[in-house]
Amino acid sequence: MPYNPALVAPMREEMTHMGARELTTAPDVDAALGDQKGTMLVFVNSVCGCAAGNARPALRLALQHGVKPQQVVTVFAGQDVDATARARQYFSDYQPSSPSIALLRDGEVVHFVHRHQIEGRPPQAIAADLAAAFDRHFGAAV
Amino acid sequence: MTGRIFHQDRHELHGITVVLETHGPRTYVGRFDSQDERGVHMHDVGVYDASAGGATKAEFLRRCDKFGIRPVHRDLLVPSTEVARIERLVDALS
Repeated sequence: MPYNPALVAPMREEMTHMGARELTTAPDVDAALGDQKGTMLVFVNSVCGCAAGNARPALRLALQHGVKPQQVVTVFAGQDVDATARARQYFSDYQPSSPSIALLRDGEVVHFVHRHQIEGRPPQAIAADLAAAFDRHFGAAV
Repeated sequence: MTGRIFHQDRHELHGITVVLETHGPRTYVGRFDSQDERGVHMHDVGVYDASAGGATKAEFLRRCDKFGIRPVHRDLLVPSTEVARIERLVDALS
């Protein structure tokens, strides 16, 4: 059952303030990820403070890196259920977890960060890993 | 409103993905919830069974790391008598 919208509103705002575009319906997801071109980061948001509480600040830090995705979109697990389920169809090789982060290039998942790679780690460490992935997959030489 | 939900009165591993080794052939990988006199409560749990043949446990864990955990049990209680060792998945991989 979704949490009270007022409770999750700050978690949504934290994403939109860093430039992420919220995808709240399955058609929203299809419009963004269907025939996706260029580079994109999909952040699967979560209410869980154990992991998402560090993942969001980590993403904000990582997006200050020189190399970054052209687009950042987000779905909210447990809140926007249809949108999240549809987004996961675009990276169905990977088991669902939240929070999680998918890096896409021309519709292909090139890197995936699972919840277990986030939980218990400080934002700076998660951000450093993300920035390295940006360099590796979104850098000019790619 | 902080924008965070924490579980301050919970076990230090609450919400963390762990590897739980049993005294038998089974190893469970999933999210630790809590531990009480009955045992360890976990969520979204994948299972490795050494008696089934196939991949080694190390291969199973590496696959969990790369592709995520394929849950066999949404909720699982591992009886205290079966629990041999618990560690974070990220530590088990290192």
